[in-house]
Amino acid sequence: MPAEPNTSLLTMQGISKSFPGVQALEDVDFALKAGEIHALVGENGAGKSTLIKIITGVERLDHGRVTFLGQSVQARSPQHAQALGISTVYQEINLCDNLSVAENILIGREPRKFGRIDRRGMQNRAREILARLDVDIDVTRDLGEYSIAIKQMAAIARALEISSAKILILDEPTSSLDTHETENLFQVLHKLKEDGLGIIFITHFINQIYEVTDRVTILRNGKLVGTYETASLPRLELIALMLGRTMGDFNDMAQIKLTSGQHQQKEPLLQVRGYGRKGSMQPFDLELHAGEVLGFAGLLGSGRTETAHLLFGVDKPDSGSFTFAGQEVHKFSPAESITRGIAFCPEDRKADGVVEELTVRENIVLALQANRGWFKRLSRQQQQELADKFIRMLNITTPSAEQSVKNLSGGNQQKVILARWLATNPQVLILDEPTRGIDIGAKAEIQKLVLELAEEGKACIFISSELEEVLRTSHRIAVLRDQQKVTEFFGEVDEHTIMRAMAGSGAGSEAT
Amino acid sequence: MNSSRFSWHRLRDSQLFWPLLALALIMLFNLFFTPGFYNIEIKDGRLSGFLIDILNRGSILMLLSIGMTMVIATGGVDLSVGAVVAISAATATVLINPALARQLISSEELIKDVTYTPLWLCILAALLVSTACGFWNGLLISRGRIQPMVATLVLMVAGRGIAQLITNGQIITVYYSRYFFIGNGYLLGLPFALFIVAFVFLLTWLLARRTAFGLFVESVGINGRSSYLSGISEKNIKLIVYTICGFCAGVAGLIYSSNVKSADANNAGLNLELDAILAVVIGGTLMTGGRFSLFASIIGALIIQSTTTTMYALGVPAMAASAIKALVVLIVILLYSDQTKLVLGRVFERKGVQS
Repeated sequence: MPAEPNTSLLTMQGISKSFPGVQALEDVDFALKAGEIHALVGENGAGKSTLIKIITGVERLDHGRVTFLGQSVQARSPQHAQALGISTVYQEINLCDNLSVAENILIGREPRKFGRIDRRGMQNRAREILARLDVDIDVTRDLGEYSIAIKQMAAIARALEISSAKILILDEPTSSLDTHETENLFQVLHKLKEDGLGIIFITHFINQIYEVTDRVTILRNGKLVGTYETASLPRLELIALMLGRTMGDFNDMAQIKLTSGQHQQKEPLLQVRGYGRKGSMQPFDLELHAGEVLGFAGLLGSGRTETAHLLFGVDKPDSGSFTFAGQEVHKFSPAESITRGIAFCPEDRKADGVVEELTVRENIVLALQANRGWFKRLSRQQQQELADKFIRMLNITTPSAEQSVKNLSGGNQQKVILARWLATNPQVLILDEPTRGIDIGAKAEIQKLVLELAEEGKACIFISSELEEVLRTSHRIAVLRDQQKVTEFFGEVDEHTIMRAMAGSGAGSEAT
Repeated sequence: MNSSRFSWHRLRDSQLFWPLLALALIMLFNLFFTPGFYNIEIKDGRLSGFLIDILNRGSILMLLSIGMTMVIATGGVDLSVGAVVAISAATATVLINPALARQLISSEELIKDVTYTPLWLCILAALLVSTACGFWNGLLISRGRIQPMVATLVLMVAGRGIAQLITNGQIITVYYSRYFFIGNGYLLGLPFALFIVAFVFLLTWLLARRTAFGLFVESVGINGRSSYLSGISEKNIKLIVYTICGFCAGVAGLIYSSNVKSADANNAGLNLELDAILAVVIGGTLMTGGRFSLFASIIGALIIQSTTTTMYALGVPAMAASAIKALVVLIVILLYSDQTKLVLGRVFERKGVQS
């Protein structure tokens, strides 16, 4: 049976874990009580997933102590964690669409009768568990026939069944659910909490943290920021803590004057109205002028990347209009956008950006060559000149243009991708986290470059999780929250104001 | 000294180095153990000898490995090339057949040295049909998003059935002597098939390296997502490489049926797809896709063919031949593994320091 409320289920002390080249967690403490919903928050790279992986036995810790139900044990493997009573529902629902609901819930632990699977018993058991979650469906039908919300419930049911769980870990369970489905899930979570389960809830939606959790633990850059009672932690402070600035910092933040803003054109170069896509970004209006840098401020999951994808045509919009240089646009794809003069530097440099085994030269010419088509091949000499030009201009550190891009450092890889896009001579440059994971020097260079490009008359969209950086490089800032564009700020604005907008209702939003 | 070591490194890093080394080893073996291996005679104005034989018999495999190289470079594989060889052979021979294999005719009429379909049409039809087969594979893979192995497996199995339908279930023998030239003829003292291989190679090489197509193929093979975001049409690239692969198999089918003067739907090109994949792998193109070298694949095909020919020359019994071939392949593949390269690299480094 689940433990009594308020007794400690899991205590972790001084947890450290490093991977080659990265200190993923450093001296982190974490405690989970029975009968509580505990939010675990932080931006990318904060160490949330590493912590979860240690709890669930996927990774072993380097230092630290884990106490589970008063005993010093550490999960050796995911199976061991399940046996201990720790269940996890992952972000991607890992169930099988082509098996029945009952089979999905009980796979591997089917009730048996005379050595054979007892189908009826299995269905009854599945119905029982689902009833606990207030879900009443036909468990004999294939899971694939049901909605994502039901699949999510089945995943939770499976997690509960696995171990008669004492701890339930939910990794972004609501990211694919709509409002109503989310509410249902929350009711279930409340019910489970009353049953005495300890629930670790990972989310990027600020509203949900306040809606459902009792306590919140904030991680940043692998370090513990603190654990707080959710109700007594103002939203604004939560965000400040996640981003790593204290309230005192805001006022003496040095604002770099932007001279480049003067070159801005009156007429918008790119204009969208009621533009959106269900499940990724609610309809929004946006204008972008030649010669300006428009910053996107918002937390992870607020719709920053989704907006960039919509504007570049990676995802196709299902509503709204898109006007570019005075012409309405109807076809959306990366290739179309490049022809139009839009460039997009994606967030995930490794998966979406560099083509690792190709040389620096080939990476740089790739987009331009794709736009020219196969037959207008750039001669080797033209390619060489282009590569040399950008290696010099962006100060790319590489032994030669013939070096494989995979041998370059992160910052230099990022510059190569920037060079790839600059080579196409775009009018609009969308940069999604162009400075992530690169050293301070390269960061400053890229920020400066963005401003210089604006000065030359290009329009830039600058997306970053570092608010300070967005402020420093942008003439205008659009704030996004929970997949909505909330507001825009123009001219002088301080971090405090923007954070308030990022936090949204309940923070006493008095946006100017 | 310094510069020579630098070029030695560059040589060793080149994709051609290991295939050429392997081929050289086989040739060296033959120098000592196969009497008369390097003899080339001129008979009736034609060159003949083991070396010419390797080139001649290897022409089919060389053709298939040209098409297969680009398919594998995109991270795919085409298992249907053997079946497409059969389809192409069946199409050409049926059209040449005086009765189109559809009715019984007297044997005098059958073995007459005539065709009622113009030869150019027979060849064109065979090439069109096989190119269409490749196009079909490409559609399934690029538009249907079916895994290449599964998509081409369909045609690998069904293709032989299609070939049988074309030949009406018969083994078709060709008596029209002008057709024999493709697979048996000689031009300037060399087998005509070699000129065909050279032509197809040149055409493909020009497409791959004189347009940006080769770069796009490599880019798609290494990172499809990045390529798509850079504006490369991943779908069209895939569609085209499978179409080319089908075309190459079609040409191979013509050479094959001309060479053996018949078409057997069940056995034409049997298991050739595996040899073609092997040739590409020996050529150093990774099965996961990416960098490719058409020339290295040709060397790979020659390594396979010269192993086979060597065994014939030495009189190795047919039953042992496959096992020995497997052994040679195993050694070559082991030479390629990063682990071996690491060990060999260390040995070379040490020698470099001592000298």
